[in-house]
Amino acid sequence: MAILDGKVPGGTIEQIWDDHKFHMKLVNPANKRKHKVIVVGTGLAGASAAASLGELGYNVSAFCVHESPRRAHSVAAQGGINSAKNYKNDGDSVYRLFYDTVKGGDFRAREANVYRLAQVSTQIIDHCVAQGVPLAREYGGLLSNRSFGGAQVSRTFYARGQTGQQLLIGAYQAMMRQVDKGQVKLFNRREMLDLVVVNGQARGIVVRNLATGAIESHEADAVILATGGYSNVFFLSTNAMACAVTGAWRAYKRGAYFANPCFTQIHPTCIPVSGELQSKLTLMSESLRNDGRVWVPKTKGDKRPANQIPDSERDYYLERVYPSFGNLAPRDVASRQAKYRVDEGLGVGPTGKAVYLDFRDAIQRLGKKAVQEKYGNLFEMYEKITGENPYETPMRMYPAPHYTMGGLWVDYNLMSNIPGLFVAGEANFSDHGANRLGASALMQGLADGYFVVPYTISNYIASTKIEKVATTHDAFKEAENNVRAQITQLMGIKGNRSVDSFHKQLGHIMWEYCGMARNEKGLTAALTEIPKLRDEFWQNVRIPGDANYVNTELEKANRVADFLEQGELMCLDALERKESCGGHFRDEYQTPDGEAMRDDANFCHVAAWEWGGTANKKPTRHTEELKFENVKLATRSYK
Amino acid sequence: MGGTHSQNINLKLKVWRQKSAKDQGAFVEYDAPNVSTDASFLEMLDQVNEKLVQAGQEPIVFDHDCREGICGSCGFMINGNAHGPQKHTTVCQLHMRQFKDGETLVLEPWRAKAFPVIKDLMVDREAFDRVIKSGGYISVDTGNAQDANNIPVPKPDADEAFASATCIGCGACVASCKNASAMLFVGAKVSHLALLPQGQVERAERVHRMVTQMDAEGFGACTTTGACSAACPKGISLSNIARMNRELLVGTLTKKEAAEGDGI
Ligand SMILES: Cc1cc2nc3c(=O)[nH]c(=O)nc-3n(C[C@H](O)[C@H](O)[C@H](O)COP(=O)(O)OP(=O)(O)OC[C@H]3O[C@@H](n4cnc5c(N)ncnc54)[C@H](O)[C@@H]3O)c2cc1C
Ligand code: FES
Repeated sequence: MAILDGKVPGGTIEQIWDDHKFHMKLVNPANKRKHKVIVVGTGLAGASAAASLGELGYNVSAFCVHESPRRAHSVAAQGGINSAKNYKNDGDSVYRLFYDTVKGGDFRAREANVYRLAQVSTQIIDHCVAQGVPLAREYGGLLSNRSFGGAQVSRTFYARGQTGQQLLIGAYQAMMRQVDKGQVKLFNRREMLDLVVVNGQARGIVVRNLATGAIESHEADAVILATGGYSNVFFLSTNAMACAVTGAWRAYKRGAYFANPCFTQIHPTCIPVSGELQSKLTLMSESLRNDGRVWVPKTKGDKRPANQIPDSERDYYLERVYPSFGNLAPRDVASRQAKYRVDEGLGVGPTGKAVYLDFRDAIQRLGKKAVQEKYGNLFEMYEKITGENPYETPMRMYPAPHYTMGGLWVDYNLMSNIPGLFVAGEANFSDHGANRLGASALMQGLADGYFVVPYTISNYIASTKIEKVATTHDAFKEAENNVRAQITQLMGIKGNRSVDSFHKQLGHIMWEYCGMARNEKGLTAALTEIPKLRDEFWQNVRIPGDANYVNTELEKANRVADFLEQGELMCLDALERKESCGGHFRDEYQTPDGEAMRDDANFCHVAAWEWGGTANKKPTRHTEELKFENVKLATRSYK
Repeated sequence: MGGTHSQNINLKLKVWRQKSAKDQGAFVEYDAPNVSTDASFLEMLDQVNEKLVQAGQEPIVFDHDCREGICGSCGFMINGNAHGPQKHTTVCQLHMRQFKDGETLVLEPWRAKAFPVIKDLMVDREAFDRVIKSGGYISVDTGNAQDANNIPVPKPDADEAFASATCIGCGACVASCKNASAMLFVGAKVSHLALLPQGQVERAERVHRMVTQMDAEGFGACTTTGACSAACPKGISLSNIARMNRELLVGTLTKKEAAEGDGI
């Protein structure tokens, strides 16, 4: 076990990034075109990185599994993006955004990274507006804001319920401009299935062309992974179907450390599960909690329609338990409270696994039109899915897996422990600690891609000896063979069960034992059930068709094979972290009123796991100590 | 979900199966028994596919990802309608309560020269990316921007730009047009950027380049029947096409004037 160094440069928190930018080495403009950078993933983080690096003059190759970069999962983000602009004059500042994010993350993030995030947040909005991103405006023509959970200021910028779409299209267009100029080469429908490490440096990737089945190698001077999060380990989540841990996991199996895998976010407001055939869960943006009120009936088994239950018989439990944040309590807290109500038998709807999110009062206060203007598309989406009209009956909501704070370990420069391998966006672990605040993922993805990685990667290239390498190098051949061997093995099993059936079963295990609440007994059970399921998968999965053309079952099998390993690591991490913090809630460690109880004496650190060499060998747990020199370690309170 | 009203229905599917771009392709019939009316259309297909896989047959291939109507991956014809019968709804958001017990549904891929079939219901829409690449952006490098509130944008303009920018690039407009025209898609991007102050500098050049690329991709001409907008899951309005035509005209005039000016 080693102690990792986050390589945070010295200085006061306000100065670190500016000083570091000055001290970092530069690559001269004429030399940049001699260097090639691979960007895997073209969501917000990847597209913004590819665009910015192209603008700087690097030769960039960008890869995505989608048909078009515009379809990356980032497109689905609804609610908004934070920025410390303080346009509202309501007391916001870089320091407050930093403070809220560190506290919201329950003191498990690296302070210096978070401060930098808050700092560049203002540039993000400027840049996006310059690109033509149509953010919401007031009648005077200036930008509009709303509030999100875990904050008492209004700092969230938005484009109705399509903020992610608009920001992604901005980044996508910026990247396509570089494609137009020949600075960025786009490789769509490509899935990275291995990382190539030469002389200890990340030098390329092996991908499967999903449209032709071909296995291809690509070399570069540095590789950026921006492959997104792993919530789909739960099978049912708010993530898009193709979201997977595969990019990150294959890098992990080449030696990159995986940090805090058990830090996952269960989002409080999602449309509840209806049946076994359901393929995904739909989020209803947190912005709804600006105006919607969350409640359950006070009496168990109260089956009256919601609008016949008088106020005196409703428990607006978030307002009751957290009077100062009310319905805008942070996500982990709001989810847990919903779970408590359902566990107490107070849940609503046909399954009893839901709480109400009610707009009656908002409609009375603001009028239906104003509510429609703000949330119209979300209300429509709700109605399409449930067949119920939320203007008339309250929405039914239940928490669902949504975001993963854990990810590949990176230092202050967003470089992993493998030199030359950078990780950006949701795929890294760095900024959100044990719980992410709403509207902060879009901010982080764009911060990493537009404003951080372009600097730090130049510094790496300028200060490192990088030898010439071609894809004929043995390391590429070995990686290609590795990828082919796994595909051949999968195709050869010809068993009796579909990939989905395994994925669903894994999802059940993860949700049951490593979901909203975890305990030693459950996690131990999961740690025997997952390897068993994995063994069965490798003996009994069935993939029809062949590997030499489009094969969607094979694509899923590659991803599920990785989830079956990564799920185990999540449970192991959850078991070893004997404390509760943020989204990681261990039943054994809670305060008398059911709040998370951290153990700062023993767990004020990042856990970064090193692959053991095979799936059945225990990985090694390294740690990075976290120091809180600016925001004092304290028990979070939203009361 | 709507659990209280949910019921199960039986459907027949006639699905276009085509192994690859080179293959001929043909309709194949499938039963879809016991479909919950709470399921989405793609979940119904998941159910059919699960059975096919169990039987060792290749599942029906279709593009999809977000299943929330926003990524634009999904889309095929259901009984001749792009994304099926419900207005303003992508096929992933279409729910089975829109159908009746015993119905037969015919599923076909988008048909357009510019969108070749890859497999079954999956087509190649990269032509759209190439159109965007050809000027569908505002040229601003990272790090150059002034404060976002320095340029106020009248709310009606911002709202209209936003409405155009909500296009998801699914291709339903092309698929619904008898000429396979891409005018709605291109018009929406041209409008989005032309409506904003930031988009002014490159306005004339942009529309010219995008339209040239659109023609090169083999999309057909627009005869303003409005089928595109009617089929658009995001309700992108026909006014985007009108605006593009105006932009094109003005753009050509300005270009001509500039060229004549150069000559003096
Ligand atoms: C429904 C929903 C709503 C949300 N709303 C908000 C919000 O309002 N505000 C907010 O801040 N955050 C929100 N989030 C979170 C936020 O959207 C994501 O965290 C963020 O967009 C992730 O961006 P990314 O660039 O890291 O990854 P992604 O957008 O997931 O992109 C990943 C990219 O990697 C590619 N890829 C993946 N694996 C491979 C591989 N093996 N090989 C090649 N390419 C690969 C994909 O094709 C894709 O291009 C929301 C999330 C969801 C699910
Ligand atoms: S799957 Fe994304 S729009 Fe239908």
